[in-house]
Order: sequence, then structure tokens, then C-alpha cells
Amino acid sequence: MIVGLDVGGTHTDVVVLQGKEIVCKVKILTDHENLLDTVCFGIFEATRDFKPQSIKRLVVSTTLATNAIVQGKTEPVGILVASGPGINPNGFAIGEHYYPVSGAIDHRGKEIASINEEEILEIGKKLESSNVRNLALVSKFSVRNPSLELKMRHLLADNFDTVTLGHEVSGQLNFVRRIATAYLNAAVAGISRNFYEAVRGCMEHQSMQTPLEILKADGGTMTQESSTRYAVETILSGPAASVMGILAFADRTKEEVVLDIGGTTTDIAILVEGVPLLKPLGIRIGGYNTLVRALRTVSIGVGGDSWVRIEDNILKVGPERKGPALAYGGTEPTPTDALVTLGLVKGGDRQRAAQGMQRLAEQMGEGVEEAAETVISKTCDLILEAVQALVDRVNQMPVYTIHDLLEGRVIAPTGMVVIGGPAKELAPHLQDRSGWPVQVPPDYEVANAIGAAVARTTCQVTVLADTDRRYVYAPEEGHMDIIDWRARTEDVVKIAFRLLRQKALRLGADEDDLEMELLEDYEFNIVEGFYTVGRNIRVKAQVKPGLIRPYREAAV
Amino acid sequence: MKANRKTGLVFFPAFDWAISKTHPEREERLLYTQDQVFEEGILDIEGLVEFNPSLATEKDVERVHFCVPKVDAVLTESHYISAGGCKTVADAVLGGEVDCGFALVRPPGHHAMRVVHGARGFCNINIEAIMVEHIRQTYGVDRVAIVDTDCHHGDGTQNIYWHDPDTLFISLHQDGRTLYPGSGFTSEMGGPNALGTTVNIPLPPETSKEGFLYVMDRVVLPILDEFKPELVINSAGQDNHYSDPITGMRFCAQGYAKLTEKLQPHIAVLEGGYSIEGALPYVNVGIILALAGIDYSWVREPDYDPEELRQSDEIRSTISSTCERLLEERQQCASKRKKYLEGDEFVQRSKTIIYDTDKILEEQKEMIRVCGGCAGVLKIDSYADTGRHLLGISVPRKACSTCQDIGRQWFEEGSIRRFDLVCLQDRVADAYEVKRK
Repeated sequence: MIVGLDVGGTHTDVVVLQGKEIVCKVKILTDHENLLDTVCFGIFEATRDFKPQSIKRLVVSTTLATNAIVQGKTEPVGILVASGPGINPNGFAIGEHYYPVSGAIDHRGKEIASINEEEILEIGKKLESSNVRNLALVSKFSVRNPSLELKMRHLLADNFDTVTLGHEVSGQLNFVRRIATAYLNAAVAGISRNFYEAVRGCMEHQSMQTPLEILKADGGTMTQESSTRYAVETILSGPAASVMGILAFADRTKEEVVLDIGGTTTDIAILVEGVPLLKPLGIRIGGYNTLVRALRTVSIGVGGDSWVRIEDNILKVGPERKGPALAYGGTEPTPTDALVTLGLVKGGDRQRAAQGMQRLAEQMGEGVEEAAETVISKTCDLILEAVQALVDRVNQMPVYTIHDLLEGRVIAPTGMVVIGGPAKELAPHLQDRSGWPVQVPPDYEVANAIGAAVARTTCQVTVLADTDRRYVYAPEEGHMDIIDWRARTEDVVKIAFRLLRQKALRLGADEDDLEMELLEDYEFNIVEGFYTVGRNIRVKAQVKPGLIRPYREAAV
Repeated sequence: MKANRKTGLVFFPAFDWAISKTHPEREERLLYTQDQVFEEGILDIEGLVEFNPSLATEKDVERVHFCVPKVDAVLTESHYISAGGCKTVADAVLGGEVDCGFALVRPPGHHAMRVVHGARGFCNINIEAIMVEHIRQTYGVDRVAIVDTDCHHGDGTQNIYWHDPDTLFISLHQDGRTLYPGSGFTSEMGGPNALGTTVNIPLPPETSKEGFLYVMDRVVLPILDEFKPELVINSAGQDNHYSDPITGMRFCAQGYAKLTEKLQPHIAVLEGGYSIEGALPYVNVGIILALAGIDYSWVREPDYDPEELRQSDEIRSTISSTCERLLEERQQCASKRKKYLEGDEFVQRSKTIIYDTDKILEEQKEMIRVCGGCAGVLKIDSYADTGRHLLGISVPRKACSTCQDIGRQWFEEGSIRRFDLVCLQDRVADAYEVKRK
């Protein structure tokens, strides 16, 4: 049996799956002030009727790191930043203990200025006396050469609880995002460690031996042990949970749109042959752009409880929510009221809903039912417009080769899978207005928890080889080795897959679930004068987001 | 961080195109620039917008060039993209989406002249001219200035706008006696109908930041003020850099950024620059920041040493006397123009053009009508050692009716027994007609 738990804004959902069957569903209120109790109680409620030994997997998706960051309840972080030439690093200040320091690496990974040890030690002392316990150490181009970050760690590590190094958070180029990502990781590392240790403690208390796994923003999982080093990767895992839950019902041969229609917002994602698209660099949180791998989801302010009104003779839906629907005791009409008025949703106070529609109908000069239909159409159109905008943005992503520009893949979805409160009622309307077949999966109200339960471990590696300087380097892994001067792309790809496999297993992946793929491979000549002196080879590979084996097969 | 001027960027390194494997114009030319731009997080800055390039069309090319034997024969996909990238930036600027823009594209274009038999100086088609004529055709812009800060004389752009009084072309470059293409002297000031709208400032080898900025203040900015262009284009070649392998100047990233800040071009277009590791990453970052109005004071090369790059007194005085001579020669443009108007109706010139990249030699006879009412109709008789013989007639954008009639007559008289192709580039009708053997 496997267990999935997803902490949402209002409810926390837990499911227990036995094979492909849901044997237990639990929905409890989320207590944001005491998330630990919510999670532990949820696990307890869902599993109390089963033998602890029969639980083989337990994955949680929580709002812990997200809330800490958004509400500013993180721990203080000392961050040392070696920028070297470029944009003035004072513009990237983050937190209350930000120190630009000397030292520089260039784009080929050459150390062009070393750090000043005294300066680093001095800052270390200052941080200690301010009682800062977490460190983030970042240099520009550390994904080409980590030497400055490693030297700083060597000088300081002993006196701090957690140390986050820039090159470990991502292999991507982007110094500003690296600073933010390392900072946020350090800011939630301690909180995450304490929290997940406590959850593990609860599980042990119930005699559950299975390891605890945590859902990340890219729709993959990692083990509790890894969650300190990669704490920041657990932010915004909620939308990812829903998408992974839907994946089981997606058509693996098509490009499809995924909608999670909630009360306030609708989340949109795109699946290409059963694989969700990822954000190009990373997710944005608390005002910071990061390098945290995440599913490419877009959230718009249209949902079942969106405020519906006429403004300047135009029907408006959202983005604000003024409370629940009239039918459920609210004060303003909503799309849900339109559904209730038409009898599409049973339950709630139909009379109150109809009164709301009547108000709108008078302003629109239509009949009540007609007005309700218009509201539903408008709601669907807003969602479909946002879908189109996302598809357009994906298709306009910058490309850098003639081949990609002229022959690059164009995404053109031909179907839709919809979950969320009003999913079933809106589906036929969405189908009418889009012309795409729209599917509503069974158990869609707990799709998020199902997603957490069935998501596989994901990870990514970046490997760079410079055969002129004879080295191969995988920043996220801290792997540095000598490489033959004759090495070509295929050799570097092999190294990448080997490292990826090791990393995935370390993060808790099952041998059966290592669906590895190459994301990028470039090979350039390094020419000095008019002679080719070596090659610059760049490879990225990933275990793509997907479902663990039994559920992958179910998906077809 | 926020841009003070909204800046559009087409960044197209064409990682799958090269002239040849070890040619300076090869796949990884912009690789390290991309690394630096990505690493600096420039594309995340609010107010910096990245666009994918569009593709230029045959019609865009024919508005500017006579391609022999035809457009498709002298272009590859990369050229359509490079010119298309410039158009994309132009559309973003003229459409008001951004305040200014930078087309970081390759291959370059400023050595491509009106007649194209092949590639010269790594260029096949003139991407700036194609962009400018697209702008004029689409947005009705009239007066345009192109300031070419590549180390090599922008002889192609000069050739295309030699007779156009509405296009001010200014080139700063290493003295033609010391570098390809061997032209661009102060005495080259434009054809009989456009005297003074071509400006050449040859600079001695080892000119450094001080010299470039002096020329900007003393010559370029005052002439721009006088011309009052609606649009300023910068052909932003980066081979004046002290580390460039094929030139001999001592300019630097800080200097390029400062120059950009002074010039405030609406659109910058990358031209040459082949120090792909030591210069381009820093110069391009400098230019982007300066365009966007962001602090660039921290941008410098790792091995930058201002002391070592200091300009000698001798160079300083050479530059200053070149500037004074140029300004003096410009004084005489009005009287020269008067003489032309009083003289023969048609003026001829002959020249030999080499295509170093494609190893072609072209002999050209050019005839322009001295016209008081427009830029004058132009006839080009071009014979290349590929065996191809072209008669090209260009009727300018605002041609008077007489010049239009003469152009039509020349075209009809052009015999395909004598020429392989006879072309009429009619900018009034925005049409291109061809007769072939």
C-alpha cells in the first residue's frame, strides 16, 4: 500500500492506494499554525485501519517551505557572494546579512581572482556574533568551477549549522537566481530538517518503517534525508501534486492541457505525451526568481467562487473572490451560483443563487437562465484564453539554433483533463467552447493526494567537459574529474547518465523508474589562433517527472 | 533591478552555422557571450525583453540589393534569420513595445554592398540596410542615421547609402591603410546628391577609449545633432577591442558601454568582433546595460589594465588632426554640390570590388543622375569573374518623375543579349523587376 498526502490552503487530503484502488480517502482542515499536527493527524487517520508493515511508500506534499518564505518566517542566513566583474552585486542584496566578497571565476571556469581569507573569516565572526546559524556561499560561474565556494566553506563550515553552496542548488547559469536560490535554501533548511524529522518520528511512533518521501515543485519526490540539502525544492509542490494526479488519466500519445479549477484560482499545465512541461529556469516565489526546477503551471484568478459583476456594461469574472458562493452563504454572485441556478450543481441554496443571477440578468437585459449561461461561458472563455496564452508563450520560447528556429516542435494541445470543485459541471462547457474532448477523472477531488502518492523520484544533472583544459565537471554533484582530450559528446553523455542514475537512487528512486532522457547536448570547438585545441561539451540529462511503475502502466 | 529604458533583445547565436570549422565566423562565436548574458541574469531584469528572430523575406532583400544571379543563390538560412532578427528588433522599437533594442545576431552584414555576387568580409547581405528599408516601408520613417563602430570600415553600408541624402552614415574604424577593406578615408563624403551624409573617421591603430570618446564628442554627436535623424542605428562591431585577434585597436568594454550611452541608439546591431572569450562576453554585457540605462560600472574584462591601454600623445594628436581635417572638408560640401548641379546631368565612377570570403573579383561602372529634386536614379553595370554580368537600376524612394522615367527607360533598354540579368529596383512602387537571359 502507498500513501499520498497533500497539504492545501484549506484542506489536507490523504489517500491510501492498494494497487490501483483507493482504499482510504481522508480530508481534514489544514491548520497552518500547526502544520506538523495536520500532517501527523492526516497520516494517522488514513492509515489507522492498516498494518504499519503494509505501508510501502509514504509521500507528503506540504506548504511548509512555501509558507515560511511567503510569510517571512525563515531563519536568518549569512550570504557571501563573490561576483567578480559584471553587474554591480550590491543590486542583488538579499536578507539582512549579505556580503559581496572578493574573488572571481570567468565563463570558462578559470579562477581570475582568489578570495581573501581574512575577509571571509572576519565576516564569519560577525555572523556568529549576530547568531546567524545558516550560511549560503555563492560565486559567479560556480557551475563552471566551484573553487571559491569550496574555499569559503572550508573556512567557515565548522561554525554553522547548515551550509548551502551555490553550485549544488542547480547546474544552470544565472548568478542572480543562484544567489536567491541558495539563500532561500539556507533559510528553510533548518526548518525543513526539524519538521520532516518530526513527521518521521510520528511515523515511527506508529511503527511505520517505510522511508518518508517529499514532493518537489517539479512533480518528483526525494527522501527525507535529502530534504535538508535541497530544502528549497519542496516549495510550491501543491500544483505539481495535482498535475501528477491527473497524469494517470492523461493520454500518453497526445498533447493535453490540465486544469485544476479551484475556488479562487485555476491552475493550468501542459502535458506532452504524458510528461508535464517544466519551467525553463525555475519557479518564482516571494518576489524572487529561483533556479528551483518546477512544473510549468500558470495560475489565474478565475475559479468557482470568483466575484461576478457588471462593470461598465461588461461582465467580469474574478480575479477577486468575495467569499463563498451565494448558494453557500456568500454575499456576491459567483460562477458556482450560475451552476446552482441552472440545477447543474445540486445542493446549496438555489433560491439565493438565482437571486444573484437575477441581479446580473437585469443589468444585462437577459433572462435569469440566460444570464447564468453567459456567466458560465465567460468563465470558460477566461480559462481558455489563459490556456492559449500559455501555449503561445511555450511556443515562443527563445531558441538558439537555426534548426530549432525552423524546425522546432510546436505545441498544439488536442485535449483537456479537468479536476477541482466545479470540474464535472464545467467540463461540457469547456468542451463546447474549445472543441477539444474534455475528461474528468474519477476521484478528481483527491487527485492532488493521489499525485503525491504515485509520483516518482526526479532529478537532473549538468555535465560540462572542456577537453582543452582536460576536465569534466558536474556542478550539482560536486563531481570533478580528468577527461581524455579526444572525448566527444557521446562520452560525456555516458558520464551524465551514470551520475544521474547514482543521484536518482540516492534520492530514493526505484531501479524500475529511472526513465532517463537527454535534455540538451552541445559540442563546440575551442579554437585558438586558427587551430582547434579542444572541445567544449555541455550535456544536461534528467529523470523526467512521471509515475512510479504500476501506475505508469495504468495510465495508457 | 529594473531597466530605465525598456530594451528588446534578439539573441541568436546560430550555434549550428559557420563559414568553416576554424573560421572566426563559426558556431561558438557567441557561446561565451551567451554564458555571460545568462549568468548575469540579464534576461530576468524587468524591462529587458527577449524575442525570437523572424525570417527576412526575398522582398526585404530586394529592396536593398541586386543579388546575382538571384537572392536564394547568395543567401543561406542563417542570413535570412540574421536580417530577420534585426527586423524583429526594429518592429519592437517602432511598434512601441520597447524603447530601444539590440540585435545580437550573426552572420554580420556591413561589408555587403548594393550588388551581391557572394560574401565579402564575412558578409552576404547588409542586415542594417535591410532593416532600415523595412522600417521606412512599414513605418514611414524618413531620416535615419547609421553609426558604424566596427573596427573595419563599413564599406557595404556606405556603398548602399552613398547617394541617399536622408541616410547619414558615420563610420569610425581603423585606418584603411592598415586594415581590410582598405577604404573609409575622410574624403569619402557621399555622391553628388548626398554630399556630407557619408562621414568617415579613420583612426590610427592602438586608439583607445580616450580616442573613441573624443571622436564621439568632437565629430559624431555634433553631426548627428545637425542632421536630426528620426532614428539612430548603431552597427555595433566589437573588434576595436584590445584582445581582438584580427585588428589592432585598444578599446575596451567600459569604452563600448560609454560610447553606447553617449550615442543612445534606438537599435544596435552586432557586426564583427572575434575575441570570443576575452572581449565579446564583456562588451555585449556592457552594451546591453548601457542601452537599458543600468549601472555598467562593474563591467570589465578580467585582464583589463587601463594603464597598459593608455593612448600615446602621438595617437592623440593624429586623431585630433583627422577630426579637424574632416570638419574642414565638410565645410566644402555645399559648394561642391553647387558645382555638380551646374555640371553634367550624369556622373560616372568605376571601381573594382573584391569578395575576400568567396574569392570573387567584380568590376563596376556606376552612373547617377545629378538631381535637384531627389536622390537621383542610379545605374550599375557589374561584371564579376564568375562570368556573371548584371545591369541594375535603382529608382530611389522619393524619386522625382524624371528620375522614375529614366529608370524605366534604362530598364527597357537593358538588353539580355548583353547582360545575364537586368534588374529594376523601384523603391517608389516598392517593386523589383528582373529580365533574364
